Amino acid sequence: MKGLWKYFDHFPAIRGLDVELELGRFLTVFGPNGAGKTTLIRVLSTQIQPSQGEVEVGGCVLPGQAYRLRRHVGVISHNTYLYPNLTARENLTFFGRMYRVPDLGDRIKTLLEEVGLSGRRDDLVRTYSRGMQQRLSIARALLHDPDIMFLDEPYTGLDQHASRMLRDVLKTLHTGERTLVMTTHNIEQGLEMCDEVAIQVRGRLVFRENVGAIDRAGFEQTYFDHVGKDFRWDS
Amino acid sequence: MGFLSQAWVIARKDIIGELRTRETVLSMLLFGFLVILIFNFGIEPGLREENLVKPGVLWAAFTFAGILGLNRSFIAEKENDCLQGLLLCPVDRSVIYLGKFFGNFIFTLSMGLVVFLFFSVLYNVNLVQVALPLGAILVLTTIGFTAVGTLFSAVSVGLKTRDVILSILLIPVMVPVVLAAAKSSGRVLDGDSLAGAGLWLALLVVYDVIFLTVAIMLFDYAVEE
Amino acid sequence: MTTVSRGSSVEHDTQAAVAGGGSSGGGATTATAVHPTGAERPLWLDVLGVAAIASVLVALYGAIIWAPTEAVMGHVQRIFYFHMPSAWVALGPAFTIVFICSIVYLVKKDLRYDRIAGASAELGVLFTTITLLTGPLWAKPIWGAYWTWDPRLTTTLVLWFIYVAYLMLRSSITEGHRRARLSAVFGIVGWIDVPIVFMSIRWWRTIHPTLVTGEGMNLDSSMQAVLVFALGAISLLYVYLLVVRVRQLDMGSRIDRLRQQSHLR
Repeated sequence: MKGLWKYFDHFPAIRGLDVELELGRFLTVFGPNGAGKTTLIRVLSTQIQPSQGEVEVGGCVLPGQAYRLRRHVGVISHNTYLYPNLTARENLTFFGRMYRVPDLGDRIKTLLEEVGLSGRRDDLVRTYSRGMQQRLSIARALLHDPDIMFLDEPYTGLDQHASRMLRDVLKTLHTGERTLVMTTHNIEQGLEMCDEVAIQVRGRLVFRENVGAIDRAGFEQTYFDHVGKDFRWDS
Repeated sequence: MGFLSQAWVIARKDIIGELRTRETVLSMLLFGFLVILIFNFGIEPGLREENLVKPGVLWAAFTFAGILGLNRSFIAEKENDCLQGLLLCPVDRSVIYLGKFFGNFIFTLSMGLVVFLFFSVLYNVNLVQVALPLGAILVLTTIGFTAVGTLFSAVSVGLKTRDVILSILLIPVMVPVVLAAAKSSGRVLDGDSLAGAGLWLALLVVYDVIFLTVAIMLFDYAVEE
Repeated sequence: MTTVSRGSSVEHDTQAAVAGGGSSGGGATTATAVHPTGAERPLWLDVLGVAAIASVLVALYGAIIWAPTEAVMGHVQRIFYFHMPSAWVALGPAFTIVFICSIVYLVKKDLRYDRIAGASAELGVLFTTITLLTGPLWAKPIWGAYWTWDPRLTTTLVLWFIYVAYLMLRSSITEGHRRARLSAVFGIVGWIDVPIVFMSIRWWRTIHPTLVTGEGMNLDSSMQAVLVFALGAISLLYVYLLVVRVRQLDMGSRIDRLRQQSHLR
């Protein structure tokens, strides 16, 4: 991605962002609220079109080839994308059909077990707790076995159980064949598994490194240094 | 899985979800009945001019109740940002439109049928005689209404003034449909055969074809960002 | 004194065309008059404005004083000289431009077209309102009723509702591209609907014969001349107002952008 700009009515949510990521790597993006992390994810996952700049994900140029990209992309965000008046199984069946997942029945069974929701698969999503909904939405994102996953602050609102489950899932996903991009506030969780790290502030990436090259313990300070530098109360 | 069957999956999902709560359908029905009731207060039953007014009442009720239904169908997608989830799927936007269209069509048609039953009870309509021709009119009208209505509800769903703006947008564009429906059903209720209302039916068909096509083409623009 | 100058900011959309060439074939050296507030206003625009207003005045004179009194309807008929051109301008160029610009915007994503569409719709509603107001004014003395359900007038009423809805849609969205996109969708549907509305109302009215019709006017050649002239005058007025309004919107957009960018530096 080169020179990406995204405006919302003249407000540049993303300003001249350049970033390259090899397939199979796991990138975590840190940043304060309003930095544009969610916007970045939304552009990359084809939800929003860029205002300016070149974006290419997985060999598909956006926005023109977004259609081709979608079957390879999975998104987990704080919106669960789940239909509250359908059961878990119906939700997964629906999305499975949309993604044309083969052997859908078995796949659903496996995924539900993995996220620990088999017991409640025929309950309406409306009756789920937040943590359960998030777990189901993870299952939803994994249905079609995406090559590229975007996680937008996935740990938000998760209880301990769900948090741990998410970490386990991420561990299994991080195989080197799948590309992952995650945004988060939480430095500890963010640093745990990633290959590369970036910090986004007010629409720009101000820091980008391999995780091996940084000092984990001192990273929090690094983060505040970068954020503090550009941070203004009135912006 | 083909194009159409994916659309059907979407429609089915809407229908199942709706049947679970029955919120939308019930309010649509109730609202339709209420409109007919209120109009009724302005009309003395048994008046000779009654025949002129009856069709108007029926289709006014249909329109208002229909708009209520359209609004709620898209609001359901807004919860948990489901529409976004749907847009992430590798599915052609036109398929999404068709799916929404089918779902809305079935809801609106059912509402139309029940409202019509209520109407015929109130106005002592001879059902056996008029059922088939009126059924045809209802189907054609519902197609036109739902075709444009689904597109416009996608347009209005993100807006603050969502409920009102849908009515403002939809009703003027619906004028030919409502006119044709009212005129042709007036004819039928008066005892004419369907052929007598032929011109109006042709108009409905033309409208349906044109706007279904236009809506499919424009839906993409209505939902993308 | 005239100076040759030109705005220098980097544009993301094609605003430069107005400040520079415009529609009357200006090239690289357009004479401009520097307006007291610092905004430039090209000479051709002022000329257009004068021409428009002058021709409307002439048309007024022609309609009210010069044209002979119509045999059947008397002086009231003179309203027609403005009623018909208004209707024509609204239906013809104004709303058609909305349609065309809507399509072009969706294809090119250039907000300039959206601004033109919005301005044209505003003017269209203005002229439609004039049509709707002058119609009854004219109908009442002649036929004794304000409203006749005549197909053309009724279609104009529906037209009014459609484009007022368009304007309401625009005013309920603040974000530029989103507003442009959604109003373009509606603008396209609305315009396609108009002929169908007209046909349906026409059929409606032929089945129930109307008490009054819109016809029945005898126009001799001098009256026709006034009519045609008035048509030209109002069209000119429309074009002038459109250009002025679009420039205003362009300027507003530039200010917004500059404000946003300076705020973030």
